[in-house]
Amino acid sequence: MMDMTSFLEFRNISKHFPGVQALDGVSFGVREGSVHGLVGENGAGKSTLLKILSGAHPPTSGSVLLSGQEVGFSSPRDALDAGIAVIYQELNLVPDMSVAENLLLGHLPQRRGFIRREKLFQTARGMLDYLTENIDLNVKVKRLPIAQRQMIEIGKALLHNAKVIAFDEPTSSLSGMETKQLFRIIEALRAEGCAIIYVSHRINEIFEICDALTVFRDGRLIETFERMSSVTHDMVVSRMVGRSIEDIYGYRSRETGETVLDVQAVSGPGVSEPASFSVRKGEIVGFFGLVGAGRSELMRIIYGVEKAIAGKVLLNGKQVLIDSPAKALNVGIALCPEDRKLEGIIPVRDVKENINISVRKQFVRAGFFLNKARERENAADFIEKLQIKTPSMEQLAGNLSGGNQQKIILARNLSIRTAVIILDEPTRGIDVGTKSEIYRLIYSLGERGMAVVVVSSELPEIIGICDRIIVMSKGAIVAEVPRAQATEETILHYALSGHGNGQTTTGEAK
Amino acid sequence: MNGNTLKVAGQQSISVGRVFSRLWENSGMIVVYIVLFILLSIFVPFFFTWRNMIALALSISMLGMVACTMLFCLASGHFDLSVSSIVAFSGVVAGVAINGTGSVILGIFAGILAGGIFGLLNGVIIAKAHINALITTLAMMHIARGFAYIVSGGQAMSIGNTGFFGLGNDIFLGVPSPIWITIACFAVFAVLINYTTYGRNTLAIGGNIEAARLAGINVDRIKIIIFSMQGLMAGFAGVILASRMTSGQPNAAQGFELNVISSCVLGGVSLTGGVAPIHGAIVGVLIMGTVQDAMSLLNIPTFYQYVVRGVILLIAVMIDQIKQHRSGKPT
Repeated sequence: MMDMTSFLEFRNISKHFPGVQALDGVSFGVREGSVHGLVGENGAGKSTLLKILSGAHPPTSGSVLLSGQEVGFSSPRDALDAGIAVIYQELNLVPDMSVAENLLLGHLPQRRGFIRREKLFQTARGMLDYLTENIDLNVKVKRLPIAQRQMIEIGKALLHNAKVIAFDEPTSSLSGMETKQLFRIIEALRAEGCAIIYVSHRINEIFEICDALTVFRDGRLIETFERMSSVTHDMVVSRMVGRSIEDIYGYRSRETGETVLDVQAVSGPGVSEPASFSVRKGEIVGFFGLVGAGRSELMRIIYGVEKAIAGKVLLNGKQVLIDSPAKALNVGIALCPEDRKLEGIIPVRDVKENINISVRKQFVRAGFFLNKARERENAADFIEKLQIKTPSMEQLAGNLSGGNQQKIILARNLSIRTAVIILDEPTRGIDVGTKSEIYRLIYSLGERGMAVVVVSSELPEIIGICDRIIVMSKGAIVAEVPRAQATEETILHYALSGHGNGQTTTGEAK
Repeated sequence: MNGNTLKVAGQQSISVGRVFSRLWENSGMIVVYIVLFILLSIFVPFFFTWRNMIALALSISMLGMVACTMLFCLASGHFDLSVSSIVAFSGVVAGVAINGTGSVILGIFAGILAGGIFGLLNGVIIAKAHINALITTLAMMHIARGFAYIVSGGQAMSIGNTGFFGLGNDIFLGVPSPIWITIACFAVFAVLINYTTYGRNTLAIGGNIEAARLAGINVDRIKIIIFSMQGLMAGFAGVILASRMTSGQPNAAQGFELNVISSCVLGGVSLTGGVAPIHGAIVGVLIMGTVQDAMSLLNIPTFYQYVVRGVILLIAVMIDQIKQHRSGKPT
C-alpha cells in the first residue's frame, strides 16, 4: 500500500461529520498512468474522499500525499493549483457563458483588464482539438448535451495541467456511444501519465477501464485490488455489500388477492405512451427503468402531483379522480417521494411533526384543533415499529441520518392506512443494514394486505424484493416480468432496447 | 426510545447548566428581554411607572396585532410588505364609510374588509399565479397606498362620528382598548399556530413546500388564507389607528411593514420559514417597543434612535445565528 510508485497517496484519512463517521482510517495509493476505481454503495464514503481530495472538506485526521509530499488544501482552488481536478456529476460550468469562456474560466487571457479574444479562442480551440470535440466555441454551455459539457469540464482540468483527475459517476447520464468516447479520452490521459480516480456504481465499467480498484463500505476501506486480473464481479459485489445478496433481500412470498389499483391507459408529462398496469392486494410490484424512463413521472401522475392527459385510475374497481396529493391520500393512495431532502423531510420541524403531517387531520377535534395526545401516541408507535433511531420525538428531522429520515417518511405514509402505497427509491442513499430493515417492512406491508409499488433504479433490489417487475423505457411501459423469470440481463435488455415481451397488461381484456 | 438512542448533533450533553441552556435555546430572547426590562427599570427614570407601561403597551399595540399574522406569513416562508399601505387604506375607507353612512359598525367592517380584499388578492396572486410574495406584496404596497390617496383625495379624512373613537380610546379596567385587543390577538394566534392543523401546515409549508404538498397539504389554499388573514388584520389595525387619530390618514404607517418583520425576526422567527414561535413575535415586539420607549424617556434624538434600532436588530440575528450554529440545527 505504501508503494513508492504511488503518485497520489491517501494516508489514514478519517472524516467525521456530526453524527456520522464518513471515513474511517482510509489508506491507499494511486499510480501514475493508471485508472484507479472506487466502488461502494451510497454513503460508503467515496464522495467524501473526493471532497477531501478536491479541498472542499478538510479531513478530520490523516493526510494526502502527492509525489511523496504531504499536501493540505484549504479550497478547491488550492487543489487545482496543485494539479488535482475533480469532475463531479453535477458539473461546475456557467450555463449562460460560452464554451470558450467556460474552458478558461478564472484564467481568461487579458491585457489591462480587457479580454484577449484571439488568445482565448486559440487556447480553447487547441484544447477541444486535443479532446477531438467539434464544438462551436461561441455557443452557450446550457445548449450542449451533458456529454459535451463533461468534455469541457475535462478540458478545464487539463488546461490547469491537472496530473490527478477524479471522475465522480461520469457515465450516469451518458449514452453508450458517449461513454465510449469518454473512455477513449480517459485512456489517452492514462497514456500521458495522469493518475485517474474513477468512481462508479457500474461494476462492468470498472472492469472495462480500471487498472486497480478500492472497495469502500460504511466509511471503511474494505480492500484494494492492485491488479484487476485476479478480481471477479462477485468478489467486488460481496466486498461492497459485506454479505451475500440473498441475505439482504430475504424475500418472503405471500398470498395476493383481488386487484386493488388498476391504472388504465394513463399518460401525462414524462409518460408519452398510455401506461396500464394493476396491482393486487398484498402484491409488491416493482418498476424499473433508466433515468428518464418515466417511472417517477407515472407515479406522480397517479398521485395527483402532475395532471394526467388521458386515462383513468380505478381503486377496488371504482374509478377515482385524483387531482392533488391530498385527494390521493383521501381515496387511499400514498406516495413516499423519490427525493427525500427536496420532497420528503421538513428538516426544521421535529420527528413527531414529520410523522403526523399527513394523518393529523384524521385526529383533529372540532375541525382543526390538533389532538396532540393522539399525535404523540402515533409517533411513538411508529418510532418503535420502524426502529427509528432518534434521541426523542422532539429531535429535528434534519438532524437524523438518511435512513432514519426515510423511515420517518414511511411512517408518515403508513399512518394513514391507505390501500395502496407507492415507494419511489425507498432505499436510495441508505446503508445496507437499514435497507434490509426497509425490505422486511415492505414485505410486512404486503402481508397486511396493502398493494405496494416499488420504484427503484437498483436492479438487484427490484429483482430481490418484487413479485412482478414492470419495465419502462422512454415514457412507456415496455415489459412485465414475473419474479420467476426476472434476471438482470432480461430486464436490462427491455429497459435499454425499449422493446417489450408483449406481456404488459396494456390492452389485456378485463 | 427502546434503547436505540443515538448521539445526534444538537443534542446537549448532560451538564449542570442544562436547565438554563434549555431555556436559552428555546427562548433566549425572553431572557434577554427580562434582563433588559430590569435594567431599564432601575436606571431609567419614570420607566417603571404605570403611566409609562400603558404608554409603552399602547405604542406597540398595532405592531403586536400585525405581528400575529406576519408570524404566519414568515412561518410559511413568505413576506408581506403591503401591510403598511393596507393599514392606511383601511383607515381611510373606514373614515369614508362612517362619514357617508353615519354607521360606526358599517365603517369598521368596511375598513377591515378593505384590508381583507387586498390580502386575498395577495394570496391568490402568490398561490395561483406563482408570483414571488416579495414582488407581489411590494406591488400591492404601492397600489394600496395609491388607493388610500385616491379615496381620501390626498387629505386626512376627519371622522365626524365620535362614537367611533371609543374603539381606539376606551379604557377598560384602567387599560386602553387597543392593548386588550392586542392581547386577545396574541392569544388567538398562539392557539392557531400551536394547536390547529392550519398552524402546523403553515409551518410545514415554510419548512419544505414540496414535502408539504406531497404529504397531502393543500398548499395553495393555506397560502391564500395566510395572506387574507394578514390583510384582515392590517385592516383592523388601520381602523383602530383611525379611531385613535380620529381620522383616516392616507400617509399613515409608512415603513411599518419593516418594523413588523424586524420585530418577528428579533424574536427568533426564521426568515426562511418553518420556525415561528409565537413567543418570539411577542418578545420581538416588546423589545422593539421598550427600547423605543426608553430612548424617548432618555431624550435620545430621533436620528440616533434609528441607528440604535438597526444595531439591535443586527445583534439579535447574530445571536440567533450563533445559537443555531452551536446547536447544529439545519439551516
